[in-house]
Amino acid sequence: MAQGTYYVPHSAKWPIVGSIGLFLLAIGAANWLNGGPTGPWFFAAGGGIIILMLFGWFGDVIRESEGGMYNSAVDTSFRQGMIWFIFSEVMFFAAFFGALFYARMFAVPWLGGEGTGAMTNELLWPDYEATWPTHGPGELGGDFQTIPGFGLPLLNTLILLTSGITITLAHWALKRAQRGLLIFWMIATILLGVIFLFIQGYEYVHAYRDLGLTLGSGIYGSTFFMLTGFHGLHVTLGAIMLIVITIRCAYGHFSKENHFGFEAVAWYWHFVDVVWLALFLFVYVI
Amino acid sequence: MSQETTAHHDDHDHHPTGIARWLFTTNHKEIGTLYLVFSLIMFLIGGAMALVIRAELFAPGLQLVNPEFFNQMTTMHALVMIFGAVMPAFVGLANWMVPLMIGAPDMALPRMNNWSFWILPFAFTLLLATLFMPSGAPASGWTLYPPLSLQGGNSLAFVILAIHLMGISSIMGAINIIATILNMRAPGMTLLRMPLFIWTWLITAFLLIAVMPVLAGAVTMLLTDRFFGTSFFDAAGGGDPVLYHHIFWFFGHPEVYIMILPAFGIVSEIIPTFSRKRLFGYTSMVYATASIAFLSFIVWAHHMFTVGMPLGAMLFFMYATMLIAVPTGVKIFNWISTMWRGSMTFETPMLFALGFLVLFTIGGFSGLMLAIVPADFQYHDSYFVVAHFHYVLVTGSVFAIMAGVYYWLPKWTGYMYDEKLGKIHFWWSTIWVNVLFFPQHYLGLAGMPRRIPDYAVQFTEFNMISSIGGFMFGFGQLLFVYIIWKCARGGEKATAQVWEGARGLEWTVPSPAPLHTFDTPPVVDDSVAVHKDNLS
Repeated sequence: MAQGTYYVPHSAKWPIVGSIGLFLLAIGAANWLNGGPTGPWFFAAGGGIIILMLFGWFGDVIRESEGGMYNSAVDTSFRQGMIWFIFSEVMFFAAFFGALFYARMFAVPWLGGEGTGAMTNELLWPDYEATWPTHGPGELGGDFQTIPGFGLPLLNTLILLTSGITITLAHWALKRAQRGLLIFWMIATILLGVIFLFIQGYEYVHAYRDLGLTLGSGIYGSTFFMLTGFHGLHVTLGAIMLIVITIRCAYGHFSKENHFGFEAVAWYWHFVDVVWLALFLFVYVI
Repeated sequence: MSQETTAHHDDHDHHPTGIARWLFTTNHKEIGTLYLVFSLIMFLIGGAMALVIRAELFAPGLQLVNPEFFNQMTTMHALVMIFGAVMPAFVGLANWMVPLMIGAPDMALPRMNNWSFWILPFAFTLLLATLFMPSGAPASGWTLYPPLSLQGGNSLAFVILAIHLMGISSIMGAINIIATILNMRAPGMTLLRMPLFIWTWLITAFLLIAVMPVLAGAVTMLLTDRFFGTSFFDAAGGGDPVLYHHIFWFFGHPEVYIMILPAFGIVSEIIPTFSRKRLFGYTSMVYATASIAFLSFIVWAHHMFTVGMPLGAMLFFMYATMLIAVPTGVKIFNWISTMWRGSMTFETPMLFALGFLVLFTIGGFSGLMLAIVPADFQYHDSYFVVAHFHYVLVTGSVFAIMAGVYYWLPKWTGYMYDEKLGKIHFWWSTIWVNVLFFPQHYLGLAGMPRRIPDYAVQFTEFNMISSIGGFMFGFGQLLFVYIIWKCARGGEKATAQVWEGARGLEWTVPSPAPLHTFDTPPVVDDSVAVHKDNLS
């Protein structure tokens, strides 16, 4: 099973730094939400400490990895860690997709008087007819229009799918030890990610400014912005991770055989890609 | 014994002492101890909150606390006990025992292990701090159902962020446990040679990773509904408060098994040891555990039969829930069969395991009653539910944790605990816990609602009995603390095997287990494997 030594670090100072960062971040966020004046400061301090922790912690790991301290068993542990982390992210998105499906399949039809909702409709909102998209019988957020799927979202789909190809080309280049090509395809992937984010940003501005579609536009606005928003956040994180990996590639890190850091980020990128496909289908198209 | 397979430790240069040792440790035994001590502290804090509840309910009318504070106590008691006491206790046991039981030098990801623990004290500081805020702690019940939870004070944002931190901690802990079990087993420790505690934790860890993010999603929706104008749970916007129930209980029901599967594992270690037999039906135990885990994902709506669901949905969730009795029954009968014609002795761990067996089964049966839709319409939100889940959580999970602590304490400290005091602790706890919770069945059947500080006078006697039981059980746990403290200080030296009938790798290392064990992996065959029957 294990070949060579399984590296067990003697002590770790970064986790406690991370805990303090998370603590300040959480206190700050809660205070901020409640309108406390110190909230943003705590939030920023916590965020800063977490960024510091990430640099320190990953720095240690990268140095140990490049120093050849990890054997194949450590590599397998990292792989399993990343796989299960991505699975947990899938389940996080599943909660929001679940909310979308429940609203469309049950909540909205029931408000319209279907099935068990007959009396709710009759007594509370007799004029309400179930449709999708909807901002509910209370017409929260005012009138709005939706973003058609076969416009920019389709373009974004093609961009993300292409980025999935370019990162695979980068992987192939890494495996063939073609460093220049590797960096070229990495930069291409990052650019595609950034273009995706720009288009998403443009779409958000368009929705808020021209279409009247906001986070407050009833259940449609809630599910639309929370799903695409969390996805966009993950693309942002993925892009940052890609940038870090590209810099590491430029520094000559990773070898043909040993490049878990690269693969982990590639997996993550494919994961945000797949989530987008589900989003495109269920949020924009259907 | 090849040099290649030894684990490498950098600590020959220095091992930090004092507070730094605990803050920076990457050692699974030290982190396990941290988890267990933290859990014990939370158990006492959560217990104190329970005593406030029982004191108020000693007599009808409002005596000690105002209703708002009473509701804060019920909410915080649940959150502290579930996320602070029971879950960290199991993770602590896993930290200590998983590497020892599978022959690994440490957990797979030691730094992340440290982080998983050290998030918890901060998360609970955040949670408990809400008690001292002007608007008080959350008072909507631990389930945080909207719209009530959204109408509370400033505490909502704090409790949600605290839950996020606990979730991060749990997910990282679970990832670590899965990676350790799948990747760090000693040569020859095949999956079907693993002790059952390892199997149950492997499956529990999967459940944790699958559902903690769902809870995170649910409370995030609460947060945005409250602060950012979304309408997930607002019917006026096309949402539905019942949606929260669904998402929450999609987390909540697997969560229930997260808190009982490791208990099954502990009991499956203890009963064979003190019966001096191998576990009966090892393979069926593994499959039963996996079946329970699978079923846990398709039964959630039995927590919400009265919410107004279509009949077909209620029937499905009723039958699926009842199906859980099958694998659970397999387990119960396997434990009984293990004892059959065994050469049994009744040391404290065995007593707690047997107490678990009987009392958890009572909780299981009341669970079956609650699964029946028409009957549940009567029982729902009554004290019958409170009695049910305290039988499975206190005499189930907590008894199993105590059994595990007594069982492994000599391995941790190197000393035998005081057997006489241990037995007193068991009998004291078992008697009073029944005085505490059994009358609540009758209260519930008679119609007393839960989460109410006042009640009709006809409920007085049973409430008084229950409160007396509560105080006796609660203060009795100080004896548990004393026994642990005493055992850590000294006593009769424990042997490596500790218990005559004990089998498995953890009993091959000296007591107390040295800081680093299995730097060179042991080779495992059927003679070492705990549960494997030689005949199969």
